[in-house]
Amino acid sequence: MAASEKAVPVPTPETQPFWDGCAAGELRIQRCLDCGKPYFYPRPVCPECGSAKVEWFTASGRATLYSYVINHRPARGFEDEAPYAIAVVQLEEGPRLMSNITGIPNTPEDLVLDMPLRVTFERRGDLQLPQFTPDAR
Amino acid sequence: MTSVIIAGAAETDQIGKLPGHSTLQLHLEAALNAVADAGLTRKDIDGIATVSVPGPVQVAHSLGIVPRWMDGTGVGGTSFLLHVRHAAAAIMAGYASTVLITHGESGRSRVGATRFPAAPSSPAGQFEAPYGVVGAPTAFTIPALRYMKEYGLTHEQLAYVAVAQRRWAAKNPRAMYRDPITVDDVLASRMVAYPFHLLECCLVTDGGGALIVTSADRAADFPGAVHVLGTGESMETPMISQMADFTQSRAFRLAGQAAFAEARITVADVRHLMIYDAFAHLPVYGLEALGFVRKGEAGAFIADGNTEPGGVLPLNTNGGGLSYTHTGMYGMFAIVEAVRQVRGEAAAQVESPDISVVLGNGGMFATSGVLVLGRQPR
Repeated sequence: MAASEKAVPVPTPETQPFWDGCAAGELRIQRCLDCGKPYFYPRPVCPECGSAKVEWFTASGRATLYSYVINHRPARGFEDEAPYAIAVVQLEEGPRLMSNITGIPNTPEDLVLDMPLRVTFERRGDLQLPQFTPDAR
Repeated sequence: MTSVIIAGAAETDQIGKLPGHSTLQLHLEAALNAVADAGLTRKDIDGIATVSVPGPVQVAHSLGIVPRWMDGTGVGGTSFLLHVRHAAAAIMAGYASTVLITHGESGRSRVGATRFPAAPSSPAGQFEAPYGVVGAPTAFTIPALRYMKEYGLTHEQLAYVAVAQRRWAAKNPRAMYRDPITVDDVLASRMVAYPFHLLECCLVTDGGGALIVTSADRAADFPGAVHVLGTGESMETPMISQMADFTQSRAFRLAGQAAFAEARITVADVRHLMIYDAFAHLPVYGLEALGFVRKGEAGAFIADGNTEPGGVLPLNTNGGGLSYTHTGMYGMFAIVEAVRQVRGEAAAQVESPDISVVLGNGGMFATSGVLVLGRQPR
C-alpha cells in the first residue's frame, strides 16, 4: 500500500515550528522560560507552571522505549507492515511522544522496554514525521 | 452525601445486535423504560442529560419534553456517571426536580450513528494518528506493558480478568457471552494488539440505558430508590501518549477520592464494585486507584479469585464490557447493574450489597467518574 494513504498531520499555527524542525531534521520541542520544564505536545502555555513565556529548542533526539502495543489490525496505509508497534517513547529531556519503531523487527522479543532509541524522520505527505529507531550507544 | 436518589433505572428491552434500532431509538426506548421503572410519566421530567450526540435537545424534543435544565457533557463512556453528579448538583440547587439521563448507541450495527475520526489538525491527528492508531484497541492498551514490567503482572493474570468476569456472565441471561473460558482460551484467542488478545478486549454491541434522578426527600415514593451517597469526577489526558504515569490512572484516583470523601466511606464499606472494563487491564488499574489493593497487587488479587462469584469483592457482576455488553460508552450499563445489585434484583445477585461503587472511564484514561450508591442514606 502506498504510504500516501497513511494519515497525514495538518499543522496548526502553534505546532508549525515543530514541523519546521522536522523538515530541517531536528526534533524541536518547547520549554518554559520561567520554570525550565521541557514539554510536548506543542502549546503556548507551560503545563507545569502556566507561564506563557516559553521557547522552542532542539532536543537531542535520544529516547528510550517507554511502552507499546504490536497492532495486528492495520490502519489505512499500514497493511504491508502489520503487525507493527505503536509505541510511546520517552525523550532524554523527559517528555514522551508516540512513534513507530523502525529498523528492527517489531516483535516482543526485539522490542525491549527502556531500550535506547534515536529519532529519524520519515516522509509523510509534504511533512517529515519523527520516528524512532534503536540507538547503538 | 448528596441528597438525591436514583429513582428509576433501565436498559433497552434487548441489548446486543439490534440492526433494527437507530442510536436515537435506543435512547428513547431506554428513556421510556426508566420512566416506567420509576412509576412516573414523561411529564414529570424537568431535566435532561445525555452525551453530545444525539444531545439533550434531540432526546428531549423526541420525547416531547421541555426541560428547565439540561446537560450535554460528552467526555466518553463515563459521561453518564458525570450526568448523575451534575444532576445531583442541579437538584440540590433547585434547578430541576426530576432528571432523565439517557444512553443509546448503535455501536455494532452503526444505525444512525456518527463517527468522529480525529481531525488531522487536532493534537491527536498530528501526533498519534500518523503512527497507525486504529481506535481504542491500539491505543488504550499501550500503557499495559509498562505496568507489566514495573509490577510483574503476568500475561496469565491479565487473561484471568476475562476468565473471572465470564464466571459472572455465565449467571446472566442478558450477557452476550456466557460460556466458561480458561486462561488458555484467552491466550489462544486471536492477537489484537500485543499483549491484548481478542478475549481481553470488550465486545462491540448495540443497546441503551437510562436513569431517573430526583430528590432523596421523595425516596419513600420510589420502592426502587437507590441513594447517591457520593460522586466524583476527574480528567487526565486527551491523548494516551501524554498520560503522566502509564502504571496508574490519576483520574481514577482523584474521582474515587472525591466520591469516597463525599460518601464518608472507606474501601472496607464497599460490598459490590463495578469498574469500567473496555480492556482487561482496567480492573487492575481501577482496583489500585480506588485503594482496594496496594500498587502492583491487583493482578494477583483477581487471579486468586477475590472478585469472581464467591469472592470477597464481587466485581463487574453483569459480566462487564468483556462479556455482558459494550456499546462504546459502557458507563450507563455499569450504573444500571449497580442499581440492580443494591435493589437486590440482579441476575447474579450478591449478598447484602449495602454499598456499591461504580468507577467509570471516559476516552482512554482521559476522564473518570465515580459513584457511591447505597440502599440507605448515611
